[in-house]
Amino acid sequence: MNAAILPGATAGDRDFLLAVEALTVSFDGFKAVNDVSFYVDPDEIRVIIGPNGAGKTTVLDLICGRTRATSGSIKYKGTELTKLSESAIVQAGVGRKFQTPSIYDDLTVFENLEISFPRGRSVLGALMFKRDAEVRDRIHEIAEMIFLKDQLDRRAEFLSHGQKQWLEIGMLLIQDPELLMLDEPVAGMSVAERKKTAELLHQIIKGRSVLVIEHDMKFVEDIAHRVTVLHQGKVLSEGSMERVKTDPKVVEVYLGH
Amino acid sequence: MFGEYSLGDLGAIFAMQGFAGLILFSVYVLMALGLAIIFGQMGVINMAHGEFMILGAYVTYLCSGFFQAHLPGIFPAYFFLAMALAFVAAGLLGMVVEWALIRHLYKRPLDTLLATWGLSLILQQAYRSIFGAREVGVELPSWMMGSVQATDTIEIPINGLFVMAITVLITLAVAGLLFASRYGKQVRAVMQNRVMAGAVGIDTGRVDRLTFGLGCGIAGVAGSAFTMIGSTGPTSGQLYIVDTFLIVVFGGAASLLGTIASAFSISQTQSTLEFFLSGSTAKVITLLAVVAILMLRPQGLFTLKVRR
Amino acid sequence: MKLPTLNDNPFMKPVEWMALALLCGLIFCVLPLALDGFRLNLVGKYLTYAFVALGLVICWGYCGILSLGQGVFFGLGGYCMAMYLKLEASSVENTKIQSTPGIPDFMDWNQITALPWFWAPFKSLPLTLIAVVLVPTLFAFVIGAAMFKRRVGGTYFAIITQAIAAILTILIVGQQGYTGGINGITDLRTLHGWDIRTDAAKTILYFVNGGLLVACVLVAQYVKRSKLGRILVAMRDKEDRVRFSGYGVASFKIFAFCLAAAFAAIGGAMFTLQVGFMSPSFVGIVPSIEMVIYAAVGGRLSLFGAIYGTLLVNWAKTTFSESFPELWLFGLGALFIAVVLAFPNGLAGVWRQHVEPRLTRRPKAASPAALPQGAPAE
Repeated sequence: MNAAILPGATAGDRDFLLAVEALTVSFDGFKAVNDVSFYVDPDEIRVIIGPNGAGKTTVLDLICGRTRATSGSIKYKGTELTKLSESAIVQAGVGRKFQTPSIYDDLTVFENLEISFPRGRSVLGALMFKRDAEVRDRIHEIAEMIFLKDQLDRRAEFLSHGQKQWLEIGMLLIQDPELLMLDEPVAGMSVAERKKTAELLHQIIKGRSVLVIEHDMKFVEDIAHRVTVLHQGKVLSEGSMERVKTDPKVVEVYLGH
Repeated sequence: MFGEYSLGDLGAIFAMQGFAGLILFSVYVLMALGLAIIFGQMGVINMAHGEFMILGAYVTYLCSGFFQAHLPGIFPAYFFLAMALAFVAAGLLGMVVEWALIRHLYKRPLDTLLATWGLSLILQQAYRSIFGAREVGVELPSWMMGSVQATDTIEIPINGLFVMAITVLITLAVAGLLFASRYGKQVRAVMQNRVMAGAVGIDTGRVDRLTFGLGCGIAGVAGSAFTMIGSTGPTSGQLYIVDTFLIVVFGGAASLLGTIASAFSISQTQSTLEFFLSGSTAKVITLLAVVAILMLRPQGLFTLKVRR
Repeated sequence: MKLPTLNDNPFMKPVEWMALALLCGLIFCVLPLALDGFRLNLVGKYLTYAFVALGLVICWGYCGILSLGQGVFFGLGGYCMAMYLKLEASSVENTKIQSTPGIPDFMDWNQITALPWFWAPFKSLPLTLIAVVLVPTLFAFVIGAAMFKRRVGGTYFAIITQAIAAILTILIVGQQGYTGGINGITDLRTLHGWDIRTDAAKTILYFVNGGLLVACVLVAQYVKRSKLGRILVAMRDKEDRVRFSGYGVASFKIFAFCLAAAFAAIGGAMFTLQVGFMSPSFVGIVPSIEMVIYAAVGGRLSLFGAIYGTLLVNWAKTTFSESFPELWLFGLGALFIAVVLAFPNGLAGVWRQHVEPRLTRRPKAASPAALPQGAPAE
């Protein structure tokens, strides 16, 4: 299956879904991300690993527009993302899950999902938004997937940590992004929750590209098509998990200790 | 508006208004310094800051009366004592307020704003009940009156120079305290990570209380200086609170140097404009300029790019 | 057992319909029957502040934006109305003793000989009615766009709005010839030929005011229960999540701020009509922050609470400041502190926690969503 390429795409972009090139960001002279380039194919599952402070989360921040790049380019389906607003990036089809569960405590699970439903995103649209059968069915469908079918009327505040993570994943799913970015989706989960999450992730990564940051190596091996290793803001190594695992540079800084 | 003056006259006017603005500048700096410590270091909005200043002014007024009546011999030196007492009184009240009110609200900055506004109303009424609604003035010792003739056209008021000197001293002391002392390190540690600071054995409650007290104490000294440019009434402090907040925000809340620079530019702009325009127009133009600049550059003048 | 889900999202819950009926009963029946003309007019005046409090519930309670400059919008609305009324009162016959007949008296006193350009539109009633809402709302839009697009919020926004309130007051007071200065615009007589000073007119205006207030409550209720209302709550909670769900966060904040400004402006215009003058003392820092306390006392998340809070605080103010003027400021100050420390959800919070559970002894199946909002979670 090939994702359609936008008309504006040049030959140089080939059919990458995401092309990050020479991406650099510096905070007061400290280069948190330094000349990073990598390419993600349609339907690829890419995992970014690296020690703490390697710049993994910053790369995701840069892609989704939370942090602005000092230099370099991020092309998504041929569109330059570095100049777009956060909401425009989301509307282009990029979804992002944060490291700590980021959900709306004061709203119910249903309302949390409803807000993420990709319709009525303008002020007027939100005022006129109708909770019709389409919305309801979709929310029930997603709730079933994320194991929260019985919790729809519950205030999100009262969910367990794992349930909150699932809810946020559900909120992304309902957006139906073509590129899904997950920041440590299984961190802080119990063993049982972890297993269920892996199951969930396997299910949702079908038909889209996924960029995951994860420390759990077993989990990474399980899902990754390719792995990019970041170290001190630079790409240290890239390739299949097998290749990366045996790369002496990687062994030295990351896996060896 | 400059048309009818020669270049030399203009120079003299700017210089004179500049020196005349010295006290206003000092009051602003001291007020803003206190506020910047409280706001910048603790994230608390203290709407009652003007009332702490007025407390200092009333203390100075009481001292002036007391020395005149009972110790006329050392009256010339009373102002030093008055300033010290103003600092202590405002600082102590600040610590009490922190303990009773502020410490419950650290996570709700907007609510602190409302609570301290309530406090300011209570203090205003307390002043009115104790000192009366009429404004009171302070008798200055004779050595502080008059001015130094710098050139034919330029005169510098002595009390301005005096207050200026005190302001510089206090500013240096505060900078030293925050950046060189152990206490200062604790303040900055608490500000950056309250939980961690507590975990390594810093008594965060005590640090907060001292910091709040310090900020209020400096406001008290500002009140002392204030008695030289205006008479003191129960609501005099309220007039200064907006200006002071703008100064702090304009300077970039976390930067002491920025606070001073912004106090200087705002007081001097206002003081210079006042010569050419009516007081209210001068004030409107100054404040409008500040608000407009803040709308274009909300982080203030002196801030660094930091990772959010 | 299947829970009745709140998927069906009614315009108002039964409790809210009851609250609305109670409010209408109070405004349109109980108060007019129980109070004499003077007191009723006083309540009418209080109710004009309730517009501001209502706007603050949306803007501050739901969206988390505290504006300390609502007096600006209240005042602008009021001034727009006052300018029309003043021009009508300054007809050439009424002002023939002036050196320039046909312009407002205070202009004449300040040696102004022609009507300033920005007064000209206020000769027309339709233009005035448009300006009453449009001028303050546009002003709010400009402020909101400048601030929220640059991600300024919280305390910074509060301080800036407060500064704007201060600036506008100084400006109005300073430009006496154009604005009437510290006295404001006074001696207003007729609205399109209809004398607003008579008792009958005041009673009619009271009912018009009440009707507009109920209309604003319904508008606010519509916003609150729409998806937009839930987005406001979501933004207050996790702004970034909303942004990365594809929403332009700034636009929603601007909307909430403009809505609050429009409500305040309607209140201001009704104030002018009922009280018969407008002055800078309703624009500045002190009235602006007092209006916040009305919403806080009523409950910053409750539309109806805001109205009762306004009535209660103003009733207390009138009562106390008549008999114990000294106590009033102490009381008001203590109120600010108490409402923040002890009752962050105001009257509505007290009602929900202590009164409602006793009234509705229903089985525990009531949905958890009905728990008091904003209960401290951390």
